[in-house]
Amino acid sequence: MEPLNALVSVSNFMLIPALAYGSQLALGALGITLIFSILRFAHFAHGDTMALGTAAVIGGTFFFQSQGIGISPLPTALLAIPIGIVVMILYLLAADRMVYRYFRQVKAKPLTFVMASLGVMFVTNGLTRLFMGVGETRFEDGERFIFTVREFREFTGLAEGMALRSAQAITIITALVVMVILFWFLNRTRAGKSMRAYSDNEDLALLSGINPERVVVITWTITAILLVLAGTLYGLDKGFRPFNYFQLLLPMFAAAILGGLGSPLGAIVGAYVVAFAELGITFAWRRVFSYLAPEGMEPTSMMQLLPVDYKFAVTFAILVIVLLFRPTGIFRGKVI
Amino acid sequence: MKKLLLASTALAFSAGMAMADEINMGVLLGFTGPIESVTPHMADSAEMAWAEINEAGGILGGQMIRSVRADSTCIDSSAAQAAAERLISADNVVAIMGADCSGVTMSVLQNVAMAAGVPMISPSATSPAFTTTESNGLFFRTAPSDARQGAVLANIVMDRGFDTVAVTFTNNDYGAGFANAFVENFEALGGTVTSQVAHEEARGDYSAEVGQLASAGGDALVILGYVDGGGSMLRTAYELGAFEQFFIGDGMFGQELIAATGEAIEGTVGTLPGVEGPSADAFAALGEANNVLTDSSFTGESYDAAALLAFAAEAAGEATPEGIAANILNVANAPGEEIMPGELARGLEILREGGEINYIGATNVELVGPGEAAGSFREHVVEGGEFVTIRFH
Repeated sequence: MEPLNALVSVSNFMLIPALAYGSQLALGALGITLIFSILRFAHFAHGDTMALGTAAVIGGTFFFQSQGIGISPLPTALLAIPIGIVVMILYLLAADRMVYRYFRQVKAKPLTFVMASLGVMFVTNGLTRLFMGVGETRFEDGERFIFTVREFREFTGLAEGMALRSAQAITIITALVVMVILFWFLNRTRAGKSMRAYSDNEDLALLSGINPERVVVITWTITAILLVLAGTLYGLDKGFRPFNYFQLLLPMFAAAILGGLGSPLGAIVGAYVVAFAELGITFAWRRVFSYLAPEGMEPTSMMQLLPVDYKFAVTFAILVIVLLFRPTGIFRGKVI
Repeated sequence: MKKLLLASTALAFSAGMAMADEINMGVLLGFTGPIESVTPHMADSAEMAWAEINEAGGILGGQMIRSVRADSTCIDSSAAQAAAERLISADNVVAIMGADCSGVTMSVLQNVAMAAGVPMISPSATSPAFTTTESNGLFFRTAPSDARQGAVLANIVMDRGFDTVAVTFTNNDYGAGFANAFVENFEALGGTVTSQVAHEEARGDYSAEVGQLASAGGDALVILGYVDGGGSMLRTAYELGAFEQFFIGDGMFGQELIAATGEAIEGTVGTLPGVEGPSADAFAALGEANNVLTDSSFTGESYDAAALLAFAAEAAGEATPEGIAANILNVANAPGEEIMPGELARGLEILREGGEINYIGATNVELVGPGEAAGSFREHVVEGGEFVTIRFH
């Protein structure tokens, strides 16, 4: 019985990656849930807008690098995030002006909005590929590790090792900070309250003097911030590839729906549930259990519920089960 | 146009003897499609061999070899079959140099060549399936199969003292076939494979795949894939402390791999088909003299395939499909005088005088029965950020 080794092993291969992945999903799902509750449609362009925002950050990163400006040991990309945010605010507001505002004025059905956002998705996707190509771009610099497996082993003397990459730590910390700020904004500021009022009842909000266009602008601004942060952190952690961002759409929506659409807290909880389910169900537990099992009782099989290839299937199954049995999600959100 | 063709065909038949001093051989390669950038150099190399022979006075007492090109498309089996049909029925080719990609080669072989009894030598079909496919002695290849490489790699891993390894492969025919061959040979040598995990290309995160491999354990990780997915697997496995020693197949070879993996790849050992030494040098010089780009994939194999067809016809004493098919193994393997690239005329002379030749060619040709080439493999190790060749197998 070596519980410490088991804990280190499961942290290294599952808990830390899942925590980072969950944080990235949470930032994305928060954006989806905000748009759904305030603008009242499912924003299908979310993944590709994330990619475009990250592309803008990468452009800024390369510019700073060429100028020799950096914040080592932290990645230069953090410095370029404001550039990406400004670009994406302008982009999303332009998309709203050119596409969504018309449908809002004619009070179009939600499905029409979804189709419109699908169109925006294709355009955004094309733009990203135009600038970045379809291949992988790595833009991570600075110190790659906070501690490596070897350092950890030498320090603790355990048989198992554990690594913590800077990108993972930055992701988890940033996500926490952003969530706290977001909740403070929504619950304590005037603008946040007007957003929640607009979300609750459009007509009543209008009557009490809330300017709907202003709410829309604030919503897109917050979405842009969340998008760029999520995309940049994901790219720092796993490399930038436009198609992977498109694929994030499924787990992000699953997280938002699982948590309850329209509920920010739900989006966060849903994101971590999805991340841990994806990685936990496809994780081979043999090594962990061989440390936990008494002498001579070590498992001989891989102790894996599903092969790794079925990661996306897990998300899909979660989505289907939630929609079938509890369409409102964990925190009683809206129903699509 | 049709009339003209008919007329010329009629003329050809009536002339009879006029045709006899020209022998048609087909070059069936994917001039359009995914490998269109490689095939022109392959075809040029094959035709370079025939031009060399024609300059020396042709085969069988002065008959010239005429090359007829056709498009295999690499991926479209029906188009490749139609092209092969045309070669055989309209152009009367006695043999085909091709096809290129494994899929179309198999369908041309089984549906056209075997029905017509025309021999094929493929310069680039590497699927292990050809080794076991019954071709009535009509199919040969100058490129070694992935199964051979699996065997060579298994030997290398064992020789280096690793008898318990985990295997990961890219999720397609190449990766799965290669992995099968490796595992089979490795276990036959007494080794243990703890786990085999397929990985996809172009994913962002490979920690789940690596986690599974780590859970199964092993002293080294064998990665049979491409630079993209395989390289990410390698780096992730190293960073998570799952494995320290890696072995890689030919698909991973490339400077990009070293750039993408950094210090993780140091000490990694791999295999790559290819030769070095006098035969490769002679072929490179020949290409330079004839203005043919030989520094490209499968050019040496194409030259060798074309040369073998001509030699087999000379050895048979007749330019017929049956004669060529029956003599390919004789001219390709020992015993006999060794023939290097650029010495084709000397080889033909020996055959004319009733002697035997052992064609070495650009790629150290040695055919293991129909459908399989022994091939040479380079064993290399990464040292100081460079691929360093250790030896040849």
